[in-house]
Amino acid sequence: MSADPATLRFVSTNRRVREDRRFVAGRGHFVADVALEGMLHVAILPSQHPAARIVSIDASAALAMPGVHYVLSGEELAAATDPLMNGLDTPKVQRHPLAVGQTRYAGEWVVAVVADSRALAEDATEKVRVVYEPLPFVMSAEAALKPDSPPVHPAHGSNVLLDRTFVWGEVEKHFAESPRQLSFRVTWGRNSTVPIETFGVAASWDPWRDMLDVWASIQMPKYPDQIARALRIPANGVRVHQDVDVGGSYGVKRGIKQTVLVAHLARRLGRPVRLIEDRLENMRGGDAHGPERIFDVDVAFNNDGIVKSMKMKALDNAGAYAGRAPFQLGKPIGAIVGPYKIESVQYRAQSVTTNKAVQEAVRGFGQAPTNYAIETAIDKVAAAVGLARIEVRRRNFIRKEEFPYLIPSGSTYDSGDYHSVVEKVFAHIDFAAMERERDRLRASGWLAGIGLAACLEPSGGNSAFEPLLNEKNTTTTWMDSCRINIDGLGFVTVTIHNPSSGQGHETLVTTVIGEVLQIEPDLIRVVRPDSLACLPSNSPVGSRMAIMLGGAAFHAAQKLKAKLSWIAAHQFGVGKDKVLYASGGVTDPNSGRQLGWAEIVNIAHRNFHLLPEGMEPGLEAAHVMQVPTGVKLPENGRVQMYPCHSFEFHVVLMAIDPALGKPEIRRYVIGHDCGTVINPHIVKGMTLGGVAHGLGAALLEEFVYDDEGHLITQSFMDYLLPSSHEVPEVEIVHHCTPSPYTVFGQKGAGESGYLGAPAAIASAVNDCVASLGIAFNKLPIRISAIGDAIADAQQGKLQEQAK
Amino acid sequence: MKVDLRINGARHSADIEPRKTLLDALRENFLLNGTHAGCEHGVCGACTVLLDGEPVRSCLMFAVQADGYEITTIEGLAPAPGELSVLQDSFCETHGLQCGYCTPGMILAAHALLQHTVTPSRDDIVDAISGNICRCTGYGQIIEAVEFAAARLRIANTPQPHHGALHRATAKHDAPTEGVPEADEADEPIVEAK
Amino acid sequence: MKPAPFDYVRPGTLAEACELLAGDEDARVIAGGQTLVPMLAMRLARPAKLIDILRLPELAGIREEAGAVVVGATTRQAQAERDPVIRKSVPMLARVLPWVGHPPTRNRGTVGGSIANADPSAEIPLVAVTLGAEIELATTDGPTSMPADDFFIGPMLTTINLGDCVSAVRFPVWPHRRIGVGFFEISARRSDFAFVAAAAQIALDEDDCCIEIALGVGGVGDRPLRLDMSALIGTALDPAAVADAVHAAAGELDAMSDLHASAAYRRRVASVLCIRALEQARANASPESAGGAR
Repeated sequence: MSADPATLRFVSTNRRVREDRRFVAGRGHFVADVALEGMLHVAILPSQHPAARIVSIDASAALAMPGVHYVLSGEELAAATDPLMNGLDTPKVQRHPLAVGQTRYAGEWVVAVVADSRALAEDATEKVRVVYEPLPFVMSAEAALKPDSPPVHPAHGSNVLLDRTFVWGEVEKHFAESPRQLSFRVTWGRNSTVPIETFGVAASWDPWRDMLDVWASIQMPKYPDQIARALRIPANGVRVHQDVDVGGSYGVKRGIKQTVLVAHLARRLGRPVRLIEDRLENMRGGDAHGPERIFDVDVAFNNDGIVKSMKMKALDNAGAYAGRAPFQLGKPIGAIVGPYKIESVQYRAQSVTTNKAVQEAVRGFGQAPTNYAIETAIDKVAAAVGLARIEVRRRNFIRKEEFPYLIPSGSTYDSGDYHSVVEKVFAHIDFAAMERERDRLRASGWLAGIGLAACLEPSGGNSAFEPLLNEKNTTTTWMDSCRINIDGLGFVTVTIHNPSSGQGHETLVTTVIGEVLQIEPDLIRVVRPDSLACLPSNSPVGSRMAIMLGGAAFHAAQKLKAKLSWIAAHQFGVGKDKVLYASGGVTDPNSGRQLGWAEIVNIAHRNFHLLPEGMEPGLEAAHVMQVPTGVKLPENGRVQMYPCHSFEFHVVLMAIDPALGKPEIRRYVIGHDCGTVINPHIVKGMTLGGVAHGLGAALLEEFVYDDEGHLITQSFMDYLLPSSHEVPEVEIVHHCTPSPYTVFGQKGAGESGYLGAPAAIASAVNDCVASLGIAFNKLPIRISAIGDAIADAQQGKLQEQAK
Repeated sequence: MKVDLRINGARHSADIEPRKTLLDALRENFLLNGTHAGCEHGVCGACTVLLDGEPVRSCLMFAVQADGYEITTIEGLAPAPGELSVLQDSFCETHGLQCGYCTPGMILAAHALLQHTVTPSRDDIVDAISGNICRCTGYGQIIEAVEFAAARLRIANTPQPHHGALHRATAKHDAPTEGVPEADEADEPIVEAK
Repeated sequence: MKPAPFDYVRPGTLAEACELLAGDEDARVIAGGQTLVPMLAMRLARPAKLIDILRLPELAGIREEAGAVVVGATTRQAQAERDPVIRKSVPMLARVLPWVGHPPTRNRGTVGGSIANADPSAEIPLVAVTLGAEIELATTDGPTSMPADDFFIGPMLTTINLGDCVSAVRFPVWPHRRIGVGFFEISARRSDFAFVAAAAQIALDEDDCCIEIALGVGGVGDRPLRLDMSALIGTALDPAAVADAVHAAAGELDAMSDLHASAAYRRRVASVLCIRALEQARANASPESAGGAR
């Protein structure tokens, strides 16, 4: 760690998030705001069948309609472009933006119609005649595992994309020698982040410059590379405009199939082309669903509640194509034991194809479902040994003095102080009073309970899960970058090399740079060059930007500070380490000579004869930073995943009216430790937003397919997003355990709240109904399910009493 | 069909087909991009505009239905270029947004509330924004922004709203169906759009 | 999600509107549009012509008549919510309106539109059926009306004929001095259509004896239903008697099952909410609420 918190001037102060200003005036620059001369519009014709062979496509009637320019089929697109990239080594699982030969899920995109307006394009999609021959289909992951299930990709041979078992430590021995064991299953239902802005992309091809320009609502590492690869053009022929504002993503806006489709059309038609998904296209076929996972867990423990070993099988329903789903099974390996000192783990990761839509990277990348499974295990251990759930957690938590702590799967947790966070939260709540409140509610006829969850938020994202699950992948580079220029008049401009979706990156870098250079952050300008003018970046994924962009900005600023100091020292005739830098000026402590910012700037830009030997003119510095740890390839199934680990501890007081079954959150408190907080507003926003998102996953949101393979939750009428009525007031209790690996001790907070809220809310519901002998083991937990289970249990009790 | 609308105090005219929603017309014909499409079926509220001061979903209206009202979009709130209203500034103060996509609709819903009362309870605020979905913030800092704005408005030296205004706004008949009255609007600029 | 193309007409009179409707079976009425426009956007409805009735003067306004309040079909739900006549004379409607949709949908959505749409879980049809309101229709053969109970025949299904248009809803006004209403609904989110809703209105005499009672349940079956609570008239509404009467009437209801709630849930919770609505109505019919109710 490079900075002393006591002397921080801007970092950790509650500065306004400067990006907010233009958004409150309605001056965002979203992809739908991009108007290109002569732009054409795309609408999609989806398949209605869960699986079908495409017999024929007749677009003649559509093409005859006014304003219709083109109808694109999958065959044509596949001939002109490379298939979309697979992360795993599964070459026979091919994915194209439009279905080729057969469709594999209801809602899959089959034909793209291009017209003068979106409305005309939609009219024309209705006139395209596609003849299908329905095929057998499979919807459930457990059915897809069976060898006789209809293969979604016949050439691949089965529906199994991944089935890999890791054994870290002496699992069987630990199970054999443990006095207690228990087993359970929990299921994480298919949901996603569902941003309010759908995915959209516009592209334009310039044949005179051989240049493809792309504007998109995108959050995708290596986006320009993937576009180039798919379109078979040089990577420096793709220019992505990164100054497009993204209306929320939380992981899912990877948009590569949409982009390849639109880029091909732009090139083919010689006019700019735009696709803005409508909500139906997005929900059914945008390929932005999240994990759908069945966990089978065994834990070995003793009568003191110490968990020695765990076996976890995670079966994930990837949908019709691989997407990112398999890797969402891999990333949780980096925190597979949660905050606990479990000594050995066996982890079986299974990913299967079914005839459902494709998953994309959802906030946390598989960590939230995994935390739900781990926390359920701890709650069950507590019940088995008759100890309070918090006591079992305390006994199993890694202790503060044990960090950095190496977990069985090869990751080292950087720092943490879980016990202190819990104590702070309990003190804030007055936990004993909350328990009395729970008891008072119970006495007056409510079912009441308290939910707990203690989880890690790994942050700083690398992609170590890729080489872990696919030996052919040897990627260890995960970088980000920042460039600073002080111009001839002394004004500072910074470039950042990624689009943002509300994370406040401009505020982040200006705060950091202001801190290092000791200048006013709000006078620093931030611009986002297009991808050709960018330095390498890997996008804001994996809760990484505070660490990576903050780090790169810090180091670039340090370079500039050193240069400013050196120029001044050279004027003073002293060594460059003999001067003092303060607030943009430099002093020679011996002679008292000083040079101010403006003077040094002038020398740098205009007085080459005064520069030290070999120094370049101007004041510009860039830094490309590699992720702090996790730079080695996996060995023996072990790898360092993300560098930093934030911690969150949720306490939820819940009441359920037994006659209605509706869970009401009476109080929600989260203890949150993400190390040094660079901007408190931003971190608070992430945490509150994450809790809301987790509440949706726990109680409301699900992509449900019926037995005929159709998505029945295709609009916001059935896919239920939490409104202001559903999200309770959340109290945040802060703690700061800095990371030793980052410049200010900051850790990530982008997934905060979401990683633990579903576990905490499920825990609360189960604590409410435990007295009736029931428990819920599938998310989302719907009101009707709660009501019916309570009624059945009460009926059972009546029958018992009647006997 | 020819459509005459009053948007943010100015007259705008265009030839718009009946099936085009007010949302799409605002964005495409009148180049007011601050109103956003989120679902196009009336649930998310990103398309919220004010009709005679009351929030409505512009994706659930056709432009041909929107004559005769005072339409306010987010672009109509700022007092002058580069300046923000008290409410807009309050959103910046509490960081009541992240990606900004739901924000215009959210602010208009809150603005309508504060026109009725400067002493809203937390429940009043929650209810007023309940038709606007936000996926980023979890609503906490949004509610704080509205509370903060209300506090500032209470002590500001401006005329306070009164409930009579509300009844008048909703009780009045809709505009006559016979074209656009001309006499008292002779000086209004008419903005022709594509 | 753009609608299929349609023509748009704004007739100047109600008679003209009915003529247009009768003359074209692909024509549909649009008023507030809060339920129609999403269907158009998803192309689940594809009228060739929309007839905009929202500004027809004949359909506007709320007026008091002997023993009734007549609410014009194009009355916005938000208007009705704040109307002092409704608050005073049709307290059940005033009580229920804040639960209809969201504030922005109530600013455009109309009372008549909710009636014509006939969603089984909609609150306004529930009130109409519970109170025994009359649905007034304009037709090419002149005005007609029918009890709400007869008007709703299934999910999103009414007896409305080609050329007809809902023109008003006539809510009966109870003459009694002590009237109380009760209303409960349960839904996944506050503003969703209810899985189950129960609305009750009770009038008590000076001795706390029940002189009139109305109870309705919505969201359970394919349309809102009025339940027969006449056995409780003349009684002191003792809780056990109330529960028995509710179970007798609601125990065998036909219930829908869908993603959001099972039939068993709906049926069971219908009884619970009916009992609670009656209890609340009874509690609200206190001396303080003379001439109206909370």
